[in-house]
Amino acid sequence: MNDEELKRVIEAILFASDQPVSINEIREVLDGADGRIIRTVIEGLRDEYEKEKRSFKIIEVAGGFQMATDPLYGEWLKKMYKSRQTNRLSGPALETLAIIAYRQPATRADIEFIRGVNVDGVIKNLMDRNIIRITGRKDVPGRPILYGTTKEFLLYFGLNSLNELPKLKEFSEVDIQLPEETKAGEKVEVSESGETAGTD
Amino acid sequence: MSYKVKLEIFEGPLDLLLFLIKKEEIDICDIPIARITEQYLEYMELMKLLDLSIAGEFLVMAATLMHIKSRMLLPPEELEELEEEEEDPRAELVRRLLEYKKFKEAAKQLEERELGQRNVFTRISAAEDEEKGTFFEASLFDLISAFSKVIEGIPKEAFQEIIKDEVTVEEKVHQLLHMLMAEPTVYFTRIFENARSKIEIIATFLAILELIRLKEIIVLQRSLFGEIEIMRNEANIEPKVKIVGV
Repeated sequence: MNDEELKRVIEAILFASDQPVSINEIREVLDGADGRIIRTVIEGLRDEYEKEKRSFKIIEVAGGFQMATDPLYGEWLKKMYKSRQTNRLSGPALETLAIIAYRQPATRADIEFIRGVNVDGVIKNLMDRNIIRITGRKDVPGRPILYGTTKEFLLYFGLNSLNELPKLKEFSEVDIQLPEETKAGEKVEVSESGETAGTD
Repeated sequence: MSYKVKLEIFEGPLDLLLFLIKKEEIDICDIPIARITEQYLEYMELMKLLDLSIAGEFLVMAATLMHIKSRMLLPPEELEELEEEEEDPRAELVRRLLEYKKFKEAAKQLEERELGQRNVFTRISAAEDEEKGTFFEASLFDLISAFSKVIEGIPKEAFQEIIKDEVTVEEKVHQLLHMLMAEPTVYFTRIFENARSKIEIIATFLAILELIRLKEIIVLQRSLFGEIEIMRNEANIEPKVKIVGV
């Protein structure tokens, strides 16, 4: 298969897929072609679309590549595909999700300790939407359920992996930095979770 | 029916405190606890005044604030006797506020991403498309709240004229079934559009309930609290159930 053929095969694979396709999946189909070559080819396709000002591009999301429309055309697509629009996440849901995303796996008590409110309803909502999942149970008395994010979470926020989440430190403002001595004496008495998942 | 609305602006006591700290332009590490406590309690009064339900967590925080305030009033000599770690009674609260603030900011960033992603569309499988079009079955509560909206939406004057012909639930049952024969789905509110009296509205509502009981119709919502749609129960179209003695 020459380069041009390879390019078009990969393009066709991505075109037909309703979910991100990983390089490994493409490799399997192409009898173990070099992953780096596949990546280069995809990058070539990306450049091609960009140069030709296509209405879609290839995004890297949830560990794979997927064709997606340019946000520029969102306005029209929203009108066209109304039924695809899911409800936006509520404020409490986003806060809870942020805690789970950065602290995962996290127990309900961990989340409630940070947010200071009950999160039962919110957890249920996030579970129903398949954005979080139960990852196991924590080995402490009561064996509380641990929650983590799902692939759906990555897709929903257009993230390739959890590493793409902005670093938490990035937004702590200088003026609210804790004085050193308070930070040192850090101990968590109230958390039911036993040892906390390391305060960064 | 009185509704208690949960105040959306503050997700919890920590959120309210952060708001007060920002509003008062206070250094988060040096909170004038008396002032903040006062403001916090004032806000809780306001919530009471507006008949908003106050979550228990707000009360716990009020107690915490007052406890800190009382400890701050202890003369310094007595404080010195305490463990070094506890030099400032506010420390624990400050830590919690900072921790919460961090995640609140993170949530904001997620929200921005969410908004951005709403403009991006990908190919979806036919199965998934259908799935997204699924409905919730509306609960009795949904029906009653939709019904109370219908009743509320009618101007008082509409009921001044005296209407002679009484409507029965049975008539309404037949009308509804007729409507549904012409159209596969009918919006809940539309059914009441031509009602001329309160009695008629009530009869119509009872007819809907009756038809649900007989499994002749199903009531669905596209989204939570969405517009209620009424449709024939396909599984029960034949044989036709005779409606007796309503």
